[in-house]
Amino acid sequence: MSKIIEGLLYSESHEWVKVEGDIAVIGVTDYAQAEMGDITYVDAPSEGDEFGKGEEFGALESVKASSDMYCPVSGEVVEVNADVVDAPEKVNEDAYGAWIIKVKMSDPDELSALMDAAAYKALTDK
Amino acid sequence: MPGFCYFPHTEEDIREMLRKIGVDSLDDLNADIPADFVYKGEYDLPDALSEQQVREFFEGLAAKNTTLKVFAGAGAYDHYTPSVIPYITSRSEFLTAYTPYQCEISQGTLRYIFEFQSLVCSLTGLDVANASMYDGPTAAAEAMRMCVASARKKNTVLLSAGLLPNVRKVVETYAKYSGINLEYIALKDCRTSLDSLKALLESGDVAGAIVPGINRLGIIEDLSGFADALHGAGALLAEYCDPSALAVLKTPAEWGADIAVGDAQTLGIPLCYGGPYVGFMACTQAHMRKLPGRIVGEARDSQGRRCFVLTLQAREQHIRREKATSNICSNQSLMALWVTVYLSLMGPQGMKEVNDLSYAGAHYLYDRLLETGKFRKVSDAPFLKEFALEPLVDAKALQNVLCEAGFFGALLTEEGYVTFCVTEKRTKEEIDAMIDVIKEVRE
Repeated sequence: MSKIIEGLLYSESHEWVKVEGDIAVIGVTDYAQAEMGDITYVDAPSEGDEFGKGEEFGALESVKASSDMYCPVSGEVVEVNADVVDAPEKVNEDAYGAWIIKVKMSDPDELSALMDAAAYKALTDK
Repeated sequence: MPGFCYFPHTEEDIREMLRKIGVDSLDDLNADIPADFVYKGEYDLPDALSEQQVREFFEGLAAKNTTLKVFAGAGAYDHYTPSVIPYITSRSEFLTAYTPYQCEISQGTLRYIFEFQSLVCSLTGLDVANASMYDGPTAAAEAMRMCVASARKKNTVLLSAGLLPNVRKVVETYAKYSGINLEYIALKDCRTSLDSLKALLESGDVAGAIVPGINRLGIIEDLSGFADALHGAGALLAEYCDPSALAVLKTPAEWGADIAVGDAQTLGIPLCYGGPYVGFMACTQAHMRKLPGRIVGEARDSQGRRCFVLTLQAREQHIRREKATSNICSNQSLMALWVTVYLSLMGPQGMKEVNDLSYAGAHYLYDRLLETGKFRKVSDAPFLKEFALEPLVDAKALQNVLCEAGFFGALLTEEGYVTFCVTEKRTKEEIDAMIDVIKEVRE
Protein backbone atom coordinates (compact mmCIF):
# COMPACT_ATOMS: atom_id res chain seq x y z
CA MET A 1 0.00 0.00 0.00
CA SER A 2 1.69 3.16 -1.10
CA LYS A 3 1.68 6.38 0.89
CA ILE A 4 -0.43 9.37 -0.12
CA ILE A 5 -0.18 12.65 1.77
CA GLU A 6 -3.09 15.01 2.43
CA GLY A 7 -2.58 18.58 1.30
CA LEU A 8 -0.49 17.78 -1.79
CA LEU A 9 -1.79 17.84 -5.34
CA TYR A 10 -1.27 14.91 -7.72
CA SER A 11 -1.01 14.34 -11.48
CA GLU A 12 -2.17 11.32 -13.46
CA SER A 13 1.45 10.67 -14.40
CA HIS A 14 2.27 10.26 -10.69
CA GLU A 15 3.98 13.52 -9.84
CA TRP A 16 3.10 15.36 -6.63
CA VAL A 17 2.99 19.14 -6.21
CA LYS A 18 3.35 21.15 -3.02
CA VAL A 19 2.33 24.78 -3.46
CA GLU A 20 4.46 27.41 -1.71
CA GLY A 21 3.16 30.79 -2.90
CA ASP A 22 3.87 31.00 -6.63
CA ILE A 23 6.37 28.14 -6.41
CA ALA A 24 5.39 24.52 -7.15
CA VAL A 25 7.64 21.95 -5.47
CA ILE A 26 7.52 18.81 -7.62
CA GLY A 27 8.44 15.20 -6.97
CA VAL A 28 7.20 11.71 -7.84
CA THR A 29 4.75 9.81 -5.68
CA ASP A 30 5.43 6.88 -3.39
CA TYR A 31 3.34 4.76 -5.77
CA ALA A 32 5.64 5.73 -8.68
CA GLN A 33 8.87 4.95 -6.80
CA ALA A 34 7.48 1.56 -5.71
CA GLU A 35 6.57 0.70 -9.32
CA MET A 36 10.04 1.71 -10.55
CA GLY A 37 12.06 -0.31 -8.06
CA ASP A 38 15.57 0.80 -7.07
CA ILE A 39 16.15 4.18 -8.67
CA THR A 40 19.70 4.65 -9.87
CA TYR A 41 19.63 7.94 -11.72
CA VAL A 42 17.67 11.16 -11.77
CA ASP A 43 17.86 12.95 -15.11
CA ALA A 44 16.94 16.45 -13.97
CA PRO A 45 16.66 19.67 -15.98
CA SER A 46 18.73 22.79 -15.37
CA GLU A 47 17.72 25.92 -13.53
CA GLY A 48 16.21 28.38 -15.96
CA ASP A 49 14.66 25.71 -18.20
CA GLU A 50 11.01 26.38 -18.98
CA PHE A 51 8.33 23.74 -19.33
CA GLY A 52 4.69 23.78 -20.31
CA LYS A 53 2.04 21.84 -18.42
CA GLY A 54 2.37 18.14 -19.23
CA GLU A 55 5.78 18.60 -20.85
CA GLU A 56 8.54 16.11 -20.07
CA PHE A 57 11.08 17.67 -17.71
CA GLY A 58 13.30 14.72 -16.87
CA ALA A 59 13.43 10.99 -16.26
CA LEU A 60 14.07 8.45 -13.55
CA GLU A 61 16.10 5.36 -14.22
CA SER A 62 15.98 2.17 -12.26
CA VAL A 63 18.13 -0.87 -12.96
CA LYS A 64 15.97 -2.12 -15.81
CA ALA A 65 13.54 0.69 -16.54
CA SER A 66 13.38 4.33 -17.40
CA SER A 67 10.41 6.56 -16.79
CA ASP A 68 9.82 10.14 -17.89
CA MET A 69 8.59 12.82 -15.51
CA TYR A 70 6.05 15.40 -16.72
CA CYS A 71 5.68 18.92 -15.43
CA PRO A 72 2.23 19.23 -13.75
CA VAL A 73 2.19 23.04 -14.16
CA SER A 74 3.79 25.49 -16.59
CA GLY A 75 6.72 27.57 -15.46
CA GLU A 76 10.43 28.05 -15.07
CA VAL A 77 12.70 25.78 -13.03
CA VAL A 78 14.13 27.88 -10.20
CA GLU A 79 15.84 25.10 -8.24
CA VAL A 80 16.94 21.50 -8.78
CA ASN A 81 17.41 19.20 -5.79
CA ALA A 82 21.12 18.43 -6.06
CA ASP A 83 20.93 16.06 -3.05
CA VAL A 84 18.55 13.78 -4.93
CA VAL A 85 20.59 13.97 -8.15
CA ASP A 86 23.64 12.89 -6.12
CA ALA A 87 21.74 10.20 -4.20
CA PRO A 88 18.82 8.92 -6.33
CA GLU A 89 17.96 6.27 -3.72
CA LYS A 90 16.43 9.10 -1.67
CA VAL A 91 13.42 8.92 -4.00
CA ASN A 92 12.88 5.32 -2.86
CA GLU A 93 13.48 6.15 0.79
CA ASP A 94 11.13 9.13 1.01
CA ALA A 95 9.33 10.06 -2.20
CA TYR A 96 7.61 13.07 -0.62
CA GLY A 97 10.79 14.40 0.99
CA ALA A 98 12.86 13.93 -2.17
CA TRP A 99 11.49 16.77 -4.28
CA ILE A 100 13.10 17.02 -7.72
CA ILE A 101 12.47 20.53 -8.97
CA LYS A 102 10.90 23.81 -7.88
CA VAL A 103 9.00 25.66 -10.59
CA LYS A 104 7.92 29.27 -10.59
CA MET A 105 4.39 28.94 -11.94
CA SER A 106 3.35 31.04 -14.90
CA ASP A 107 -0.32 30.05 -14.61
CA PRO A 108 -1.33 28.93 -11.08
CA ASP A 109 -4.88 28.30 -12.34
CA GLU A 110 -3.51 25.07 -13.81
CA LEU A 111 -3.38 23.69 -10.26
CA SER A 112 -7.14 23.24 -10.33
CA ALA A 113 -6.77 20.45 -12.90
CA LEU A 114 -4.69 18.34 -10.49
CA MET A 115 -6.09 15.73 -8.09
CA ASP A 116 -6.31 15.93 -4.32
CA ALA A 117 -5.21 13.05 -2.09
CA ALA A 118 -8.59 11.30 -2.20
CA ALA A 119 -8.84 11.45 -5.98
CA TYR A 120 -5.28 10.21 -6.39
CA LYS A 121 -5.95 7.35 -3.95
CA ALA A 122 -8.95 6.37 -6.07
CA LEU A 123 -6.70 6.39 -9.17
CA THR A 124 -4.00 4.19 -7.66
CA ASP A 125 -6.50 1.80 -6.09
CA LYS A 126 -7.94 0.95 -9.50
CA MET B 1 13.97 -30.55 -53.72
CA PRO B 2 17.43 -31.90 -54.55
CA GLY B 3 19.61 -32.77 -51.58
CA PHE B 4 21.98 -29.84 -51.04
CA CYS B 5 24.91 -30.88 -48.92
CA TYR B 6 25.07 -27.50 -47.12
CA PHE B 7 21.46 -27.57 -45.92
CA PRO B 8 21.36 -28.77 -42.32
CA HIS B 9 18.01 -30.56 -42.62
CA THR B 10 17.43 -33.70 -44.65
CA GLU B 11 14.11 -34.37 -46.34
CA GLU B 12 13.50 -36.87 -43.57
CA ASP B 13 14.21 -34.21 -40.88
CA ILE B 14 11.74 -31.84 -42.48
CA ARG B 15 9.02 -34.51 -42.78
CA GLU B 16 9.56 -35.45 -39.15
CA MET B 17 9.28 -31.85 -37.95
CA LEU B 18 6.14 -31.23 -40.00
CA ARG B 19 4.57 -34.44 -38.67
CA LYS B 20 5.37 -33.39 -35.10
CA ILE B 21 3.46 -30.10 -35.44
CA GLY B 22 0.68 -31.69 -37.46
CA VAL B 23 1.23 -30.01 -40.83
CA ASP B 24 1.34 -31.92 -44.11
CA SER B 25 3.78 -29.84 -46.14
CA LEU B 26 5.92 -26.69 -46.14
CA ASP B 27 3.23 -24.98 -48.24
CA ASP B 28 0.67 -25.73 -45.53
CA LEU B 29 3.05 -24.35 -42.91
CA ASN B 30 3.13 -21.05 -44.83
CA ALA B 31 -0.63 -21.01 -45.50
CA ASP B 32 -1.18 -17.99 -43.25
CA ILE B 33 0.80 -15.72 -45.60
CA PRO B 34 -1.77 -13.75 -47.64
CA ALA B 35 -1.76 -14.86 -51.27
CA ASP B 36 -0.99 -11.31 -52.45
CA PHE B 37 2.39 -11.45 -50.76
CA VAL B 38 3.48 -14.77 -52.16
CA TYR B 39 5.83 -14.60 -55.12
CA LYS B 40 4.37 -16.70 -57.90
CA GLY B 41 6.90 -16.40 -60.73
CA GLU B 42 9.92 -18.53 -61.39
CA TYR B 43 13.11 -17.36 -59.67
CA ASP B 44 15.59 -16.12 -62.25
CA LEU B 45 18.63 -17.78 -60.76
CA PRO B 46 21.62 -19.27 -62.55
CA ASP B 47 22.22 -22.99 -62.35
CA ALA B 48 24.05 -24.25 -59.31
CA LEU B 49 27.84 -24.42 -59.61
CA SER B 50 30.20 -27.00 -58.21
CA GLU B 51 32.68 -25.98 -55.54
CA GLN B 52 35.43 -25.93 -58.15
CA GLN B 53 33.38 -23.72 -60.49
CA VAL B 54 32.59 -21.29 -57.67
CA ARG B 55 36.26 -21.10 -56.79
CA GLU B 56 37.24 -20.41 -60.42
CA PHE B 57 34.55 -17.76 -60.74
CA PHE B 58 35.80 -15.79 -57.74
CA GLU B 59 39.45 -16.30 -58.62
CA GLY B 60 38.63 -14.82 -62.03
CA LEU B 61 37.07 -11.77 -60.36
CA ALA B 62 40.01 -11.40 -58.00
CA ALA B 63 42.46 -11.56 -60.92
CA LYS B 64 40.95 -8.34 -62.26
CA ASN B 65 42.27 -6.44 -59.23
CA THR B 66 45.30 -4.25 -59.72
CA THR B 67 47.40 -3.65 -56.65
CA LEU B 68 48.53 -0.04 -56.47
CA LYS B 69 50.95 1.63 -54.08
CA VAL B 70 48.65 3.74 -51.93
CA PHE B 71 49.47 7.42 -51.59
CA ALA B 72 45.88 8.36 -50.83
CA GLY B 73 44.04 8.87 -47.55
CA ALA B 74 40.76 10.77 -47.37
CA GLY B 75 39.46 8.77 -44.43
CA ALA B 76 40.97 5.33 -45.12
CA TYR B 77 44.68 4.78 -44.54
CA ASP B 78 47.12 2.10 -45.64
CA HIS B 79 48.73 1.23 -42.33
CA TYR B 80 50.38 -2.13 -41.78
CA THR B 81 48.38 -5.04 -40.37
CA PRO B 82 50.58 -7.27 -38.21
CA SER B 83 49.91 -10.92 -39.10
CA VAL B 84 49.18 -11.88 -35.51
CA ILE B 85 45.88 -9.95 -35.73
CA PRO B 86 44.03 -12.15 -38.24
CA TYR B 87 45.48 -15.19 -36.47
CA ILE B 88 44.03 -14.21 -33.09
CA THR B 89 40.74 -12.78 -34.36
CA SER B 90 39.97 -15.87 -36.43
CA ARG B 91 40.09 -18.14 -33.39
CA SER B 92 36.71 -19.81 -33.14
CA GLU B 93 36.13 -18.46 -29.61
CA PHE B 94 36.19 -14.96 -31.07
CA LEU B 95 35.07 -15.27 -34.67
CA THR B 96 31.71 -13.53 -34.80
CA ALA B 97 30.82 -10.10 -36.10
CA TYR B 98 27.96 -9.95 -33.67
CA THR B 99 27.34 -8.08 -30.50
CA PRO B 100 26.84 -10.46 -27.56
CA TYR B 101 23.20 -11.40 -27.01
CA GLN B 102 23.41 -13.90 -24.17
CA CYS B 103 25.86 -11.34 -22.97
CA GLU B 104 26.85 -12.29 -19.44
CA ILE B 105 27.53 -15.87 -20.49
CA SER B 106 30.08 -14.54 -22.99
CA GLN B 107 32.63 -13.31 -20.48
CA GLY B 108 35.49 -13.55 -22.98
CA THR B 109 33.66 -11.31 -25.46
CA LEU B 110 32.70 -8.81 -22.77
CA ARG B 111 36.29 -8.81 -21.57
CA TYR B 112 37.77 -7.82 -24.93
CA ILE B 113 35.09 -5.19 -25.45
CA PHE B 114 35.99 -3.79 -22.04
CA GLU B 115 39.63 -3.70 -23.14
CA PHE B 116 38.60 -1.98 -26.40
CA GLN B 117 36.69 0.68 -24.45
CA SER B 118 39.63 1.19 -22.10
CA LEU B 119 41.99 1.66 -25.07
CA VAL B 120 39.62 4.18 -26.67
CA CYS B 121 39.49 6.07 -23.36
CA SER B 122 43.25 6.03 -23.16
CA LEU B 123 43.67 7.43 -26.71
CA THR B 124 40.96 10.09 -26.39
CA GLY B 125 41.59 10.96 -22.74
CA LEU B 126 37.82 10.78 -22.13
CA ASP B 127 36.08 8.93 -19.29
CA VAL B 128 33.68 6.53 -20.99
CA ALA B 129 33.67 4.73 -24.36
CA ASN B 130 31.02 2.50 -25.85
CA ALA B 131 31.49 -0.98 -27.28
CA SER B 132 32.08 0.45 -30.81
CA MET B 133 30.02 1.86 -33.66
CA TYR B 134 29.67 0.64 -37.25
CA ASP B 135 32.13 3.14 -38.70
CA GLY B 136 33.33 6.73 -38.39
CA PRO B 137 30.54 8.46 -40.32
CA THR B 138 27.71 6.77 -38.38
CA ALA B 139 29.59 7.51 -35.14
CA ALA B 140 29.61 11.19 -36.16
CA ALA B 141 25.86 11.01 -36.79
CA GLU B 142 25.38 9.56 -33.30
CA ALA B 143 27.46 12.43 -31.88
CA MET B 144 25.07 14.84 -33.58
CA ARG B 145 22.10 13.12 -31.94
CA MET B 146 23.83 13.05 -28.58
CA CYS B 147 24.39 16.83 -28.72
CA VAL B 148 20.69 17.40 -29.37
CA ALA B 149 19.63 14.91 -26.66
CA SER B 150 21.88 16.62 -24.11
CA ALA B 151 20.77 20.14 -24.94
CA ARG B 152 17.07 19.27 -24.64
CA LYS B 153 15.37 22.13 -26.48
CA LYS B 154 18.05 23.15 -28.99
CA ASN B 155 17.95 21.62 -32.42
CA THR B 156 20.93 22.87 -34.45
CA VAL B 157 24.25 21.09 -34.80
CA LEU B 158 27.25 22.69 -36.47
CA LEU B 159 29.55 20.71 -38.75
CA SER B 160 32.96 21.87 -39.80
CA ALA B 161 33.36 22.22 -43.57
CA GLY B 162 36.67 20.47 -42.92
CA LEU B 163 34.99 17.14 -42.21
CA LEU B 164 35.36 14.45 -44.88
CA PRO B 165 32.59 14.48 -47.49
CA ASN B 166 31.42 10.95 -46.63
CA VAL B 167 31.11 11.91 -42.96
CA ARG B 168 29.08 14.99 -43.86
CA LYS B 169 26.80 13.00 -46.18
CA VAL B 170 25.96 10.41 -43.53
CA VAL B 171 25.39 13.05 -40.84
CA GLU B 172 23.16 14.99 -43.26
CA THR B 173 21.10 11.87 -43.91
CA TYR B 174 20.62 11.18 -40.19
CA ALA B 175 19.79 14.86 -39.59
CA LYS B 176 17.17 14.89 -42.31
CA TYR B 177 15.29 11.97 -40.80
CA SER B 178 15.74 13.13 -37.19
CA GLY B 179 14.50 16.67 -37.89
CA ILE B 180 17.81 18.19 -36.81
CA ASN B 181 19.02 21.42 -38.37
CA LEU B 182 22.64 21.42 -39.62
CA GLU B 183 24.80 24.47 -40.29
CA TYR B 184 28.36 24.56 -41.62
CA ILE B 185 31.33 26.22 -39.94
CA ALA B 186 33.49 27.74 -42.69
CA LEU B 187 37.17 27.03 -43.26
CA LYS B 188 39.59 29.93 -43.11
CA ASP B 189 43.19 29.38 -44.27
CA CYS B 190 42.37 25.67 -44.58
CA ARG B 191 41.31 25.41 -40.92
CA THR B 192 37.93 25.42 -39.17
CA SER B 193 37.24 29.04 -38.33
CA LEU B 194 36.59 29.95 -34.70
CA ASP B 195 35.08 33.27 -35.85
CA SER B 196 32.62 31.43 -38.07
CA LEU B 197 31.72 29.16 -35.15
CA LYS B 198 31.13 32.14 -32.85
CA ALA B 199 28.91 33.85 -35.42
CA LEU B 200 26.79 30.69 -35.78
CA LEU B 201 26.42 30.38 -31.99
CA GLU B 202 24.53 33.65 -31.89
CA SER B 203 21.32 31.95 -33.03
CA GLY B 204 21.02 30.48 -29.51
CA ASP B 205 19.77 27.19 -30.98
CA VAL B 206 23.11 25.36 -31.20
CA ALA B 207 23.28 22.05 -29.31
CA GLY B 208 26.80 21.17 -30.37
CA ALA B 209 29.48 21.17 -33.04
CA ILE B 210 31.43 18.40 -34.75
CA VAL B 211 34.91 19.41 -35.82
CA PRO B 212 37.78 17.27 -37.09
CA GLY B 213 41.07 16.87 -35.24
CA ILE B 214 42.76 16.54 -38.63
CA ASN B 215 40.67 17.93 -41.46
CA ARG B 216 40.08 16.59 -44.98
CA LEU B 217 43.04 18.65 -46.25
CA GLY B 218 45.28 16.77 -43.82
CA ILE B 219 45.79 19.82 -41.64
CA ILE B 220 46.01 19.46 -37.88
CA GLU B 221 43.30 21.74 -36.52
CA ASP B 222 43.95 24.24 -33.76
CA LEU B 223 40.89 23.89 -31.55
CA SER B 224 41.95 26.50 -28.98
CA GLY B 225 38.89 28.40 -27.81
CA PHE B 226 36.38 26.02 -29.44
CA ALA B 227 35.29 24.27 -26.23
CA ASP B 228 34.98 27.57 -24.32
CA ALA B 229 32.92 29.18 -27.08
CA LEU B 230 30.57 26.19 -27.29
CA HIS B 231 30.24 25.61 -23.56
CA GLY B 232 29.55 29.32 -23.06
CA ALA B 233 26.59 28.89 -25.41
CA GLY B 234 25.37 25.74 -23.65
CA ALA B 235 26.57 23.51 -26.49
CA LEU B 236 28.88 20.49 -26.72
CA LEU B 237 32.12 20.00 -28.62
CA ALA B 238 32.50 16.71 -30.50
CA GLU B 239 35.82 15.97 -32.16
CA TYR B 240 36.04 13.67 -35.18
CA CYS B 241 39.48 12.15 -34.89
CA ASP B 242 41.96 9.69 -36.34
CA PRO B 243 42.70 7.44 -33.34
CA SER B 244 46.13 6.47 -34.70
CA ALA B 245 47.17 10.13 -34.74
CA LEU B 246 45.81 10.65 -31.21
CA ALA B 247 48.82 8.69 -29.98
CA VAL B 248 50.96 11.78 -30.74
CA LEU B 249 48.51 14.69 -30.96
CA LYS B 250 46.59 16.61 -28.32
CA THR B 251 43.68 14.43 -27.17
CA PRO B 252 40.01 15.44 -27.42
CA ALA B 253 40.02 15.68 -23.61
CA GLU B 254 42.92 18.17 -23.79
CA TRP B 255 40.92 20.29 -26.27
CA GLY B 256 38.01 20.26 -23.83
CA ALA B 257 35.80 18.10 -26.06
CA ASP B 258 32.75 16.43 -24.52
CA ILE B 259 32.54 13.73 -27.19
CA ALA B 260 35.10 12.03 -29.43
CA VAL B 261 34.18 9.93 -32.46
CA GLY B 262 36.01 8.59 -35.46
CA ASP B 263 36.89 5.60 -37.56
CA ALA B 264 39.33 3.12 -36.07
CA GLN B 265 40.30 1.77 -39.51
CA THR B 266 43.68 3.44 -38.97
CA LEU B 267 44.36 0.98 -36.15
CA GLY B 268 45.53 -1.91 -38.32
CA ILE B 269 42.41 -2.60 -40.36
CA PRO B 270 43.34 -3.21 -44.01
CA LEU B 271 41.76 -1.35 -46.93
CA CYS B 272 39.14 -3.74 -48.33
CA TYR B 273 36.92 -1.73 -50.66
CA GLY B 274 35.62 0.28 -47.74
CA GLY B 275 35.08 -2.23 -44.99
CA PRO B 276 34.37 -3.67 -42.60
CA TYR B 277 35.77 -0.85 -40.51
CA VAL B 278 34.80 0.10 -36.98
CA GLY B 279 33.75 3.38 -35.39
CA PHE B 280 34.42 4.49 -31.85
CA MET B 281 32.69 6.90 -29.53
CA ALA B 282 33.71 8.26 -26.15
CA CYS B 283 32.51 11.05 -23.87
CA THR B 284 33.01 12.66 -20.51
CA GLN B 285 31.31 11.15 -17.47
CA ALA B 286 28.89 14.09 -17.37
CA HIS B 287 27.34 12.89 -20.64
CA MET B 288 27.52 9.11 -20.32
CA ARG B 289 23.73 8.76 -19.85
CA LYS B 290 23.28 10.01 -23.40
CA LEU B 291 26.06 7.86 -24.91
CA PRO B 292 24.42 5.46 -27.39
CA GLY B 293 25.11 1.79 -27.91
CA ARG B 294 26.39 -0.98 -25.74
CA ILE B 295 28.68 -0.30 -22.80
CA VAL B 296 30.51 -3.07 -20.99
CA GLY B 297 31.24 -2.47 -17.32
CA GLU B 298 33.40 -4.22 -14.79
CA ALA B 299 31.58 -5.80 -11.85
CA ARG B 300 31.92 -8.49 -9.16
CA ASP B 301 29.99 -11.74 -9.19
CA SER B 302 28.24 -13.24 -6.12
CA GLN B 303 31.57 -14.71 -5.00
CA GLY B 304 33.45 -11.43 -5.34
CA ARG B 305 35.25 -12.38 -8.57
CA ARG B 306 35.96 -9.82 -11.30
CA CYS B 307 33.46 -10.12 -14.14
CA PHE B 308 31.94 -8.06 -16.93
CA VAL B 309 28.36 -7.01 -17.65
CA LEU B 310 26.47 -4.82 -20.10
CA THR B 311 25.78 -1.69 -18.09
CA LEU B 312 23.69 1.50 -18.10
CA GLN B 313 21.11 -0.27 -20.22
CA ALA B 314 18.36 2.17 -19.27
CA ARG B 315 19.83 4.43 -22.00
CA GLU B 316 19.05 1.87 -24.63
CA GLN B 317 16.27 1.41 -27.09
CA HIS B 318 14.86 -1.82 -25.64
CA ILE B 319 14.13 0.02 -22.38
CA ARG B 320 13.92 3.70 -23.26
CA ARG B 321 11.98 2.97 -26.47
CA GLU B 322 11.51 5.98 -28.75
CA LYS B 323 13.04 8.27 -26.12
CA ALA B 324 16.46 6.63 -26.48
CA THR B 325 19.16 8.86 -27.97
CA SER B 326 19.80 6.26 -30.65
CA ASN B 327 18.34 3.10 -32.07
CA ILE B 328 21.69 1.36 -32.32
CA CYS B 329 21.58 -1.85 -30.33
CA SER B 330 24.61 -3.61 -31.74
CA ASN B 331 28.34 -3.12 -32.02
CA GLN B 332 31.06 -3.95 -34.53
CA SER B 333 32.47 -6.67 -32.35
CA LEU B 334 34.97 -8.47 -34.56
CA MET B 335 36.62 -5.28 -35.82
CA ALA B 336 36.67 -3.88 -32.27
CA LEU B 337 38.61 -7.02 -31.34
CA TRP B 338 40.90 -6.45 -34.32
CA VAL B 339 41.71 -2.94 -33.08
CA THR B 340 42.17 -4.19 -29.52
CA VAL B 341 44.75 -6.73 -30.66
CA TYR B 342 46.50 -4.10 -32.81
CA LEU B 343 46.81 -1.57 -30.00
CA SER B 344 47.88 -4.22 -27.49
CA LEU B 345 50.60 -5.30 -29.89
CA MET B 346 51.81 -1.82 -30.83
CA GLY B 347 51.72 -0.19 -27.41
CA PRO B 348 52.47 3.52 -26.94
CA GLN B 349 55.97 3.19 -28.42
CA GLY B 350 54.77 1.36 -31.53
CA MET B 351 52.05 3.94 -32.09
CA LYS B 352 54.60 6.73 -31.80
CA GLU B 353 56.85 5.01 -34.36
CA VAL B 354 53.98 4.57 -36.85
CA ASN B 355 53.29 8.29 -36.61
CA ASP B 356 56.96 9.30 -36.77
CA LEU B 357 57.52 7.23 -39.93
CA SER B 358 54.32 8.48 -41.57
CA TYR B 359 55.18 12.08 -40.69
CA ALA B 360 58.71 11.81 -42.08
CA GLY B 361 57.54 10.14 -45.32
CA ALA B 362 54.71 12.62 -45.87
CA HIS B 363 56.96 15.64 -45.34
CA TYR B 364 59.61 14.20 -47.68
CA LEU B 365 56.96 13.66 -50.39
CA TYR B 366 55.54 17.17 -49.81
CA ASP B 367 58.95 18.78 -50.40
CA ARG B 368 59.70 16.63 -53.45
CA LEU B 369 56.28 17.40 -55.02
CA LEU B 370 56.85 21.15 -54.62
CA GLU B 371 60.30 20.75 -56.21
CA THR B 372 58.70 19.37 -59.37
CA GLY B 373 57.14 22.82 -59.98
CA LYS B 374 53.82 21.20 -60.76
CA PHE B 375 52.14 22.12 -57.46
CA ARG B 376 51.55 25.17 -55.29
CA LYS B 377 51.30 25.32 -51.47
CA VAL B 378 47.82 25.91 -50.05
CA SER B 379 48.72 26.36 -46.41
CA ASP B 380 51.61 26.61 -43.98
CA ALA B 381 49.62 24.91 -41.20
CA PRO B 382 51.09 21.70 -39.75
CA PHE B 383 50.13 18.29 -41.14
CA LEU B 384 50.92 14.72 -40.16
CA LYS B 385 50.61 12.03 -42.83
CA GLU B 386 48.29 13.67 -45.35
CA PHE B 387 48.37 17.03 -47.12
CA ALA B 388 46.79 19.04 -49.93
CA LEU B 389 48.47 20.95 -52.77
CA GLU B 390 47.10 22.99 -55.62
CA PRO B 391 47.96 21.19 -58.87
CA LEU B 392 49.33 23.22 -61.76
CA VAL B 393 48.68 20.28 -64.08
CA ASP B 394 45.34 18.66 -64.90
CA ALA B 395 44.38 16.68 -61.82
CA LYS B 396 42.46 13.95 -63.64
CA ALA B 397 45.33 13.41 -66.06
CA LEU B 398 47.72 13.27 -63.11
CA GLN B 399 45.62 10.60 -61.40
CA ASN B 400 45.49 8.52 -64.56
CA VAL B 401 49.23 8.70 -65.15
CA LEU B 402 49.85 7.67 -61.55
CA CYS B 403 47.38 4.83 -61.80
CA GLU B 404 48.99 3.44 -64.95
CA ALA B 405 52.37 3.57 -63.24
CA GLY B 406 51.02 1.64 -60.24
CA PHE B 407 50.36 4.47 -57.81
CA PHE B 408 47.10 5.60 -56.19
CA GLY B 409 47.17 9.25 -55.15
CA ALA B 410 46.29 12.84 -55.99
CA LEU B 411 42.67 12.62 -54.82
CA LEU B 412 40.68 15.67 -55.83
CA THR B 413 39.12 17.88 -53.12
CA GLU B 414 36.09 20.12 -53.56
CA GLU B 415 38.43 23.16 -53.85
CA GLY B 416 40.25 21.54 -56.75
CA TYR B 417 43.30 20.67 -54.65
CA VAL B 418 44.85 17.22 -54.68
CA THR B 419 45.70 15.28 -51.53
CA PHE B 420 48.44 12.76 -50.92
CA CYS B 421 49.09 10.55 -47.92
CA VAL B 422 52.12 8.59 -46.74
CA THR B 423 51.98 5.89 -44.08
CA GLU B 424 54.77 3.87 -42.51
CA LYS B 425 54.33 1.31 -45.31
CA ARG B 426 55.71 3.62 -48.01
CA THR B 427 59.44 3.56 -48.61
CA LYS B 428 61.72 6.31 -49.85
CA GLU B 429 62.26 4.28 -53.04
CA GLU B 430 58.51 4.18 -53.71
CA ILE B 431 58.21 7.93 -53.12
CA ASP B 432 61.15 8.65 -55.43
CA ALA B 433 59.68 6.35 -58.10
CA MET B 434 56.35 8.21 -57.93
CA ILE B 435 58.13 11.59 -58.16
CA ASP B 436 59.92 10.37 -61.32
CA VAL B 437 56.53 9.59 -62.86
CA ILE B 438 55.09 12.98 -61.86
CA LYS B 439 58.05 14.84 -63.32
CA GLU B 440 57.04 13.49 -66.72
CA VAL B 441 53.44 14.76 -66.47
CA ARG B 442 52.80 17.52 -69.01
CA GLU B 443 50.40 20.41 -68.39
